[in-house]
Amino acid sequence: MLDIRRIPIGALIGLILTTLFLLTAIFAPLLAPYGLGEIVGDVWEPMSAKFWLGTDNLGRDLLSRMIYGARVTIFIAVLATALSFSLGAILGFTAAVVGGWFDTLMSRFVDLLMAIPTLIFGLVVLSVLPSTILTLILVMGILDSTRVYRLSRAVAVDINVMDFVEAAKLRGEGRGWIIFREILPNALSPLVSELGLRFIYAVLFLSALSFLGLGVQPPQADWGGMVKENKDGIVFGIPAALIPAAAIAALAISVNLVADWVLNRTTDLKGGRGNG
Amino acid sequence: MAERNPAERDDNLLDIRNLRIEAKVYPPGEEPKTITLVHDVSLTLKRGKVLGLIGESGAGKSTIGLSTMAYGRGGVRITGGEVVINGRDILKQGKRGVRALRGREVCYVAQSAAAAFNPAHRLMDQVVEAAIGHGTASRAEAEKRAVALFKKLSLPDPENIGNRYPHQVSGGQLQRVMTAMALCSQPDLIVFDEPTTALDVTTQIDVLAAIKDAIHDTGVAALYITHDLAVVAQVSDEIMVLRHGRLVEWGGTRQIIKEPRQEYTNALVSVHEIEHREQNPAGTPVLSVKDVTAAYGRSHVKVLKNVSVDIYPGQTLAVVGESGSGKSTLARAITGLLPPEQGSITFAGRTLSNALAQRSKADLRELQMIYQMADVAMNPRQTVGTIIGRPLEFYFGMRGRERDKRVAELLEKIEMGKGFVDRYPAELSGGQKQRVCIARALAAKPRMIICDEVTSALDPLVAHGILKLLLELQAEEQVAYLFITHDLATVKSIADSIAVMYRGEVVRYGPKSKVLAPPFDDYTDLLLRSVPEMEIGWLEKAISGRRMASAGN
Amino acid sequence: MSSPIVKLVAQRIALGLLLLLAVSVLIFAGTQILPGDVAQSILGQSATPEALANLRAELGLNDPAWVRYFKWLGGVLTGDLGTALSSGQDIATSIRGRLWNTLFLAFAAAVVAVPLAILLGLLAVRYRNGPVDKIISGLALASTSLPEFFIGYLLVFFFAVKLQWFPGISTVYDGMPFLDRLKAIALPATALTLVVLAHMMRMTRAAILNVMQSAYIETAELKGLSPFDVIRKHAFPNAIAPIVNVVMLNLAFLIVGVVVVEVIFVYPGMGQYLVDHVAKRDVPVVQAVGLIFAAVYIGLNIVADIAAIIANPRLRHPK
Repeated sequence: MLDIRRIPIGALIGLILTTLFLLTAIFAPLLAPYGLGEIVGDVWEPMSAKFWLGTDNLGRDLLSRMIYGARVTIFIAVLATALSFSLGAILGFTAAVVGGWFDTLMSRFVDLLMAIPTLIFGLVVLSVLPSTILTLILVMGILDSTRVYRLSRAVAVDINVMDFVEAAKLRGEGRGWIIFREILPNALSPLVSELGLRFIYAVLFLSALSFLGLGVQPPQADWGGMVKENKDGIVFGIPAALIPAAAIAALAISVNLVADWVLNRTTDLKGGRGNG
Repeated sequence: MAERNPAERDDNLLDIRNLRIEAKVYPPGEEPKTITLVHDVSLTLKRGKVLGLIGESGAGKSTIGLSTMAYGRGGVRITGGEVVINGRDILKQGKRGVRALRGREVCYVAQSAAAAFNPAHRLMDQVVEAAIGHGTASRAEAEKRAVALFKKLSLPDPENIGNRYPHQVSGGQLQRVMTAMALCSQPDLIVFDEPTTALDVTTQIDVLAAIKDAIHDTGVAALYITHDLAVVAQVSDEIMVLRHGRLVEWGGTRQIIKEPRQEYTNALVSVHEIEHREQNPAGTPVLSVKDVTAAYGRSHVKVLKNVSVDIYPGQTLAVVGESGSGKSTLARAITGLLPPEQGSITFAGRTLSNALAQRSKADLRELQMIYQMADVAMNPRQTVGTIIGRPLEFYFGMRGRERDKRVAELLEKIEMGKGFVDRYPAELSGGQKQRVCIARALAAKPRMIICDEVTSALDPLVAHGILKLLLELQAEEQVAYLFITHDLATVKSIADSIAVMYRGEVVRYGPKSKVLAPPFDDYTDLLLRSVPEMEIGWLEKAISGRRMASAGN
Repeated sequence: MSSPIVKLVAQRIALGLLLLLAVSVLIFAGTQILPGDVAQSILGQSATPEALANLRAELGLNDPAWVRYFKWLGGVLTGDLGTALSSGQDIATSIRGRLWNTLFLAFAAAVVAVPLAILLGLLAVRYRNGPVDKIISGLALASTSLPEFFIGYLLVFFFAVKLQWFPGISTVYDGMPFLDRLKAIALPATALTLVVLAHMMRMTRAAILNVMQSAYIETAELKGLSPFDVIRKHAFPNAIAPIVNVVMLNLAFLIVGVVVVEVIFVYPGMGQYLVDHVAKRDVPVVQAVGLIFAAVYIGLNIVADIAAIIANPRLRHPK
């Protein structure tokens, strides 16, 4: 069904870049020319054959740090997304199918959580919690699961009232069959596309926290933290901080291109005349 | 009326020559392609005459209708031919010329007036807008004209109804206001696009009569588009039958309905005739509904009030009623989706539990259901094989080759070949989808099937095929049907007994021959008189003979 | 205005106030989830027991949580936000000037972003599926992926360092001339505008398209009205509510963007104040600022909902 020539060029670029980022993250120690904390040159050396991206505010090789940073950024974002997704989707589906007080209670609580901007509530909570990677994953995952919950509940509620689900209920099928065989296959495509968007959001959220000095703590480094480390150079015309910032943007755009394509494919499946 | 040259007076108002209309479609998973919706259709219409355009969905009738205003919906483009109105080809007029034509020489009445009116403005402002916009009347003149039209279309409170907003007026009234809106500009031609299709049958007859009178009194010409030959026969001077964007037959109304020359027209004319001999109630009923009362939620409004009906093995009980009569609620009460508050339901000698969750597997298996919208009644991610095979697995534990063999037999029964096993619902036509749903119900070897408006979403010929299939299957399998419908014509052809429902109550119930024979109660009388018959002059006869005003007013 | 509208609006406002109350509970609870003890975490592991006990008493930590909550809430309602642990200053006093600075910055960004987004959204609809529309959609997609600091530092790098048109650090002080103040916030306001612009544009486009595809627009076209009249008389009255909704939602995004942008440009506003005190683990300040941000956010959502209620003809003219 998937023909590589039929993938639009934007989505193809997105797919390739996303794959490259993932491979970089996985094989970071093999790819990085220098160590993570190794001071190898002067402060903020320009790009050269020796240091492809120059050096940072302490004279460490920026390329190596970028490669290790990819690992930290993607690792945390993936785990936070996985957490938000499994939590949000399971609770959302359950609320839609079970209904009643469980649905009301969950939905009101989610409304409440979403009444505070995520970044603000994240900051409130991080003001008392220890800054560890585990805390970051938990806070990001739980706060973001509210959005997944809303989406999966809405999708499941829509499907749950369709005649084919009613037909299955009239046949006497159990709850398991209805969730996994009738609802889930039809809810998958919008959720997969949402997965991409949630991942982007996690990357941006993490980067913002680290940039504000409240995310990943030194000596560990992610891209947002590297922007923070090198931001003072900007005023002197040294663009070192722009490199990790651009990397975050590139990763987010690539995933966005893929997610957008998945979403369009889903709507296309409905067929019909005219698309705009 | 727009000024016209006296020399043209006897010429054709509308002359469409070799019209060709194309559209770009985006089939799922394929490259977009261009398809032809209308193939070189020609027609002429004289001033003051009414031409009915009839055909099934996809016949191109609405597309042709809108072409008289040089308009194409979505990606639809007029790619060839001429549309001559009042002596000039409007396709060559440019945007300005087309705007001068729309709303002045040609006006449009849409199928759903509820959607076609702007919710933000009062009705009067919308009715007079075109006349004022084209400068053919002052506001005061236009409003006077509008009130006169409201009166002519027998709208209640014609002086003040214009001050209302669209949502404050019922569907049947809104459709008449839309007709007034079209007439208010005093155009030469009005395009009626299925103006009564969305209405209940007793409301339809009023709107139809109002439209017919208005056309007659104002002398406007009209293109009347519908899929219902009996409706179009009431208002048209001539009828044009279309199929797949091609002309099938074009002739006077009497000739088309009495002496059709083409086989396809003949099929459309005789679509309601099905051989079925009424069976008398015999033995113990398979399903017996006794004094059932039901309401949604904790509401005090009862949607079912003391309903009692019996269905006998191998026979068909038709439940007829308009929207809001409670007929679909009765089905929900029987299936256990809406547990009744009072009363009992006996099925195959066993008392059925009120709630679905407490029913035994045998109860569930022997009572199956078929839905109106076949495309949402099947999981789009399952193949036909899975859809039909699941009841076999679930009820009879069939697996593997045994199950596949039975699926193939069932496909044979619904007159579809083995090739369909691996298809997805999206790859089937409307009629095929409904057949698969029938096979899924049959797979359970039920004693009774509830058929909820199973043919209302289908084109008449396809619906005819489904009804015939259902009757054949009934003869073979001795299955009973509870047939819910708003369409009395269907009922007349397939039922053994009939229950007429009105506002949650059964107002008339018994064997078909008795229910359909006088003396009638008022509602049944109204209902029977409202069903369009393929007879010229039926409309006038029906209106004058009624004892009760329709529910839409 | 008829009574059902007044009733619905009153209900919506009451609901908003209730939500705000619940949010205050949540924010308070959010600062209590630490497994250990606030005093311990403020002073660190090496603190003496006396110092700990003193701080506990000072913070009222010996009271049960709900007593402390109601004390805090009572203070907030009477305008007393408490004192900052790190500096000992009154929070309400410190916030006043900063709140004004932040509102000024957000307002400046909104003044540019809102009309621009609506105009571009209209253009995208007018030239739907054409190159203009494609470019606008592409930019929107890209900009939802750009971190605020990328946009911010790009602006600093080019306009402050290379071209030297505007200052890269936005220093403002009391009594600063208005034009100087505008120049100081030029870059942060631009950054904020860019952060919300594309998204607002995309949502405006969707809202207008939704209206334009209604059957009554076809009716208007078939009356022979000019495209301008179709939009003015038939599309616009129905598009107001969705557009107000879009604008309000995006102003809510703007609040979040403000936090990061203020840090980038070292702008003395609420965002920077919050971030500084999160790092210092100064709980009373974080609670107060968090509550103010949440209140503004909820307020914007209420305005959006009320606009939708008022613009709905079904509610304005009941049966």
